[in-house]
Amino acid sequence: MSATGFGSFVTAARAAGHLVVQPRMGMSSPDEMRAGLMAVRRARPTTVGTITVDSFTRGNNHAAAQNALSGGERLNGYPIVAHGPRTTAALLDGILSPDFPIQVRHGSPDPRQVFAAMVKAGLSASEGGPVSYCLPYGRCPLRESVHAWGAACDFLAEARAGTDGAEPHMETFGGCMLGQLCPPSLLVALSVLEALFFRQHGLRSVSLSYAQQTDPGQDLEALAALSRLAGDLLAGLDWHIVLYAYMGLYPKTAQGARLLLGEAARLAVRGGAARLIVKTQAEAHRIPTIAETIEALEYAGAVAGHTAAARLDAPPSYRAVTDTGLHAEASLIVDAVLGLHPDLGRALLRAFQQGLLDVPFCLHPDNHGRTQAFIDDTGRLRWSDTGALPIRRGAKGDGQMSSATLLAALGHVSAKFDAAGQVRRGRTPPKPLVAHTEERFT
Amino acid sequence: MPPMYSRGDRRKAVLTTISSDSHTWNLIFLQLLLEEHRYQVHNLGPCVPVELLVAECSAELPHLIVVSTVNGHGFHEAGRIGSALRAVPALEGVPMVIGGKLGIDGWQPERRDELLAAGFDAVFHDEPGQLAAFSGFLEAAAAGTRLYA
Repeated sequence: MSATGFGSFVTAARAAGHLVVQPRMGMSSPDEMRAGLMAVRRARPTTVGTITVDSFTRGNNHAAAQNALSGGERLNGYPIVAHGPRTTAALLDGILSPDFPIQVRHGSPDPRQVFAAMVKAGLSASEGGPVSYCLPYGRCPLRESVHAWGAACDFLAEARAGTDGAEPHMETFGGCMLGQLCPPSLLVALSVLEALFFRQHGLRSVSLSYAQQTDPGQDLEALAALSRLAGDLLAGLDWHIVLYAYMGLYPKTAQGARLLLGEAARLAVRGGAARLIVKTQAEAHRIPTIAETIEALEYAGAVAGHTAAARLDAPPSYRAVTDTGLHAEASLIVDAVLGLHPDLGRALLRAFQQGLLDVPFCLHPDNHGRTQAFIDDTGRLRWSDTGALPIRRGAKGDGQMSSATLLAALGHVSAKFDAAGQVRRGRTPPKPLVAHTEERFT
Repeated sequence: MPPMYSRGDRRKAVLTTISSDSHTWNLIFLQLLLEEHRYQVHNLGPCVPVELLVAECSAELPHLIVVSTVNGHGFHEAGRIGSALRAVPALEGVPMVIGGKLGIDGWQPERRDELLAAGFDAVFHDEPGQLAAFSGFLEAAAAGTRLYA
């Protein structure tokens, strides 16, 4: 384990009992980006910074990003390649430090140019993966993404000498596939597989993502499965778990959004995540302001602190997670893929060809598209069709979804928390939606 | 309720997004909705380059072209899409609509004319009531009425 870098900062914070909270943030203007990072650095909880690139940069269309900048148009993120390393290094001056590491978030199936621009500017932490930044978001064939990601990770791992001793860090995005309606066992398996891919390409510090889904009990079980698999398979690496606050359709009301973020913060602490990516109350409507982002970080940090304190007094039985077979399912998927080829890139390609990996609601041509998921009566995310996945059949075979059913499933969490927000309006501080046992010990 | 049609009058729709937009839930939803309105949908998926869109539409000669985008770059890219499609003689009269979250600062009503001038027949921004308006548009289009002009 290295002394500095994104991973070691988070690991140290965890050892000290603090959940690291992190925003989504990317502005096209360097001055605004700097102001945003500065505000995050100054926020009360333990934070790390984020630079999210814009959509043109994600697609390696740097000329289009440059044109938009020249034309005075605002982009939906920071165009790190178009601005160039000198501009980026200048905006980071006095902000980036061992106690405020910054992660570059990009969403690209070919991150080589982004990584090159990032490393030249002194940044060494990023995220994504050959599957998770290819299948959901673009037209790039999986084969090309696997190749580009292998080269990009090799480059990043070798760049460790040039990043002031900071150990390069990569986070998997596989635990967040499509943001919603992907059953947790597949999310856990993909997150683990992408972490193994990073290790194969020389990275020694990784984090494994998981996105909050529809049911806190199921999410706790997923986080436990992810930790257990990471512990079994990533020995010798610096690793931690990062939880994403719900990524789907967000509650429309401020109160509903707050309740959902509070739920995510509690889940992070209870599930053993070291880091939480927050969402803001503005999420359902527009790109949040810096002030809204800071408010979300501080709220999540406060709920996490409260939850962590309550945990110390809770009896051990309260930490028990109900096993519905999620770990077993994720293990079956991981093992089936690892058995296909010693090279993980090839194993991933074969797995998708054979449908051993198959993401529901994913339009990419390299995805079989034979799996289907639904939200059951208890609010849990389940398989209705497992296609050729190496796990037992889904719960129901009808599989036919209407636009109205899909809309209801996509809006399930948003509606639930907006309704809860209405009920609880006026009471402060907001109580958790689902009564967690720790509340009894506070 | 969508109107009922016999199988024979199933119409073709090309469903697409702009080249920088990686979102797909909007496309998955719209495919189902269009199918319920008896369209046979060619869903081009995320991040569609203008050249690909022109090629697919020229080959398909659809009855309807639907552009859905939610990443905030819609205003930047819509003009090029509209003029490129309208430049193909065979596509000149095909109904073409755009909708979603079109700008990073939300809906800018003054830019609707820009989109109409670029060749779009209707604009559905992300606001309550717009889904019903789009369904109404589909029914009118299916009935052959250009109510939207």
